[in-house]
Parts: sequence; C-alpha cells; structure tokens
Amino acid sequence: MAQAAHRDRTLIAAIGDEDTVTGLLLAGIGDIDAHQRANFLVVDGKTSQEDIEETFTSFTQRKDVAIVLINQHIADDIRGILDEYSAAFPTVLEIPSKDHPYDPSKDSVLKRVQLLLGD
Amino acid sequence: MAAVRDNVFPTRMNLTMTKTRLKGAQTGHSLLKRKSEALTTRFRVIVRKIEDAKLKMGKVMQNASFSLAEVAYITGDISYQVRESAKHATFKVSAKQENVSGVLLPAFEKDTQQAAGGQFELTGLGRGGQQIQKARAVYMKAVEMLVELASLQTAFVILDEVIKLTNRRVNAIEYVIIPRIENTISYINSELDEQDREEFYRLKKIQGKKKERAANAQRELDEIAKPTINDGSLHPDFAGDFTSAESSSAGVRDILAEQVDEDIIF
Repeated sequence: MAQAAHRDRTLIAAIGDEDTVTGLLLAGIGDIDAHQRANFLVVDGKTSQEDIEETFTSFTQRKDVAIVLINQHIADDIRGILDEYSAAFPTVLEIPSKDHPYDPSKDSVLKRVQLLLGD
Repeated sequence: MAAVRDNVFPTRMNLTMTKTRLKGAQTGHSLLKRKSEALTTRFRVIVRKIEDAKLKMGKVMQNASFSLAEVAYITGDISYQVRESAKHATFKVSAKQENVSGVLLPAFEKDTQQAAGGQFELTGLGRGGQQIQKARAVYMKAVEMLVELASLQTAFVILDEVIKLTNRRVNAIEYVIIPRIENTISYINSELDEQDREEFYRLKKIQGKKKERAANAQRELDEIAKPTINDGSLHPDFAGDFTSAESSSAGVRDILAEQVDEDIIF
C-alpha cells in the first residue's frame, strides 16, 4: 500500500525566482498535466503571498509530486506553513537562490537536525 | 503505581502463564531496544549526510546560477522560451525502497526519460547554444544532488517518526508492562502462600481435633476399665496395658456387633 503510494510520485515541483526555475526547467523537471497545471511557480515581486501558499499547499497535496523544491527566501515568507508541514511525502527541500545565499540556520529540517543532535 | 496489577485469579496456572508473559515481555523489550539502537545508528549517519549535503548544495546551486548568468549574458533572457517549452518532465524520479530493521525507507533515484538534449535542442540556436547546453548539464547535476538530498531528508523524517514510536514502545514495556506483570506475579505468589498457610493451619487444627477426640475416647475407655483394674490384683501399669489392648479389641468387636444400620434392607 505504502509502496504504491509513492511509486506514482515521479515529479519534482519547484517554487522559486525566475532564474532558479529557469535553471530547473532547463534540467527538464517541467511538467504540465492534462488539467494544464504546471508543477512550477515563478515568484517575482508581484506574486502575492496567498498565491505562494496556495501553490505550495496544492503541490504538497498532489499525488504525483515526489519532491518540492522551494527557494529559501520564498520559504521564509511561508515559514509557518513549512514548519507545520511534517509529512514524509512529498519531501520539501529548501534551496538557495542566486540573490540569497544559503543559510543553514533557517532551514526547517536542519533546525530539527540541530535539535536532535542536542546543539 | 506499585499496586497496579492484572486482574487475575491467583492460581498456579495463572502464575505459570504470567511468568511466561513476563518472559515474553522481556524478550520483546530487548528486541525493540536493539531495533531502536540500530535505527538510531542509521539515523545519525543520515543526519550527518544531510548536514554535509545541505552545505554542499549551497555551492552547487551557486555554480549553477553562474552558468545561467553566462547564458543570459550571451543569449539574453531565455526564461520565457524555457518556460513555454516545458510540457512533459524529462527529469523524473523513481522511488526505491530500502529496508532498515523492518522500516521501509524510500530512496529517490533520477529517472531521465529521453536522450540527453532532446528538449532544448533548438533553444539558443542563434547564439549561445553551447552555453545553454552547458548550463543544462550543470543544472541536471544540481538537480541530481537535490534528489539525493531529498531522499535523505525523507529517510530522516520517516526514521525520526519510527524511532520515536519504537522508543515509546520500549519505555511502555519497561515502565508499565513489566512492572505490572511483576506485581501480578508477586500478588499471585503471596496469595498462594497465604492459601498454603491456611491449608497448613487447617490440617494442624484437624489433627489436633482428631487427637483430642482420640484422647477423650481413651479416657472414657479407661474410666470404664478402671473398676475392673481395682477389682483385680494386677499391677496398675500392666493392667493399663492389658486393658488398653483388651478395650481396643473389644472396641473393634463392639463396632462389628453394633453395626446395625437402620436403612439396611436385608
């Protein structure tokens, strides 16, 4: 049962700024399904926070998404949802962007890692 | 807490059964403890890997951004072109499973479907095509790493949960179930001892009563026999022995003679 549940998960979804998403699409992760739903979202200055939250939630609820990549500076905007999210599938991965170098101390998962290592 | 015990009837059978349960609980406890230890070892390895990978990821993504910047410098903005040409994912992942002491950990693997360069072959045909292909290769490497990191992270989340669950079970057995069974055993033991003492006391009491009754009967017989002793000129000691032997045989004979049962038909 559990096996079938993540056997179908093959896609990598992405939420990020223009450059990050372009790069990822260049690698070939982009997918648009039969309902014209894309598995990526380009966030720029005009994208509202509700849109990001909505997209993130819809990605995590899709049954064919295995990994959700999200830029860290965008993840910071929806930190509340991200910290609450604890399911194993799909995996949410925070990635650095061009303008925002990676900060390990903000990462939800790394925070848990630090907590468990007792630092 | 100390008085908590199973509600059982204190019998020897229940004692044996409870002892078997105790043994089972102890075996289960040691097994679960070992499982938890194995998982924790695994967990620590994964945690360390995640930390390394996360730090490495920063550099890899930076490199990737640079290569994209190169593309932008030579070709101009290709993001619209790239976004519009995305129809079906060529870079997919497939989940595999790994078994760590009974826990299924998923591991993602990249699953590229088309031959390399199928999708964006014509992008940047005018100029910068080479840069685009380079950036593409760099990004594919980066995504591969991200996929690896994602599977580590999934394993981390799942293991975390399973370890918590196992530890909860270990503690439950150690601090709730085993003390309860031990309490039950000691309860049954004390009850059984109590029963033994009661039984012993009753037997002694019965024995005492029997002795008393025998002594009374003896005394009565003695009293009956006394006048004859006084009549005869025998030595009192000898006479006592004699009469007792006599009386016992007489008693036997009496019983046989007096065995008249009213219910008897013939």
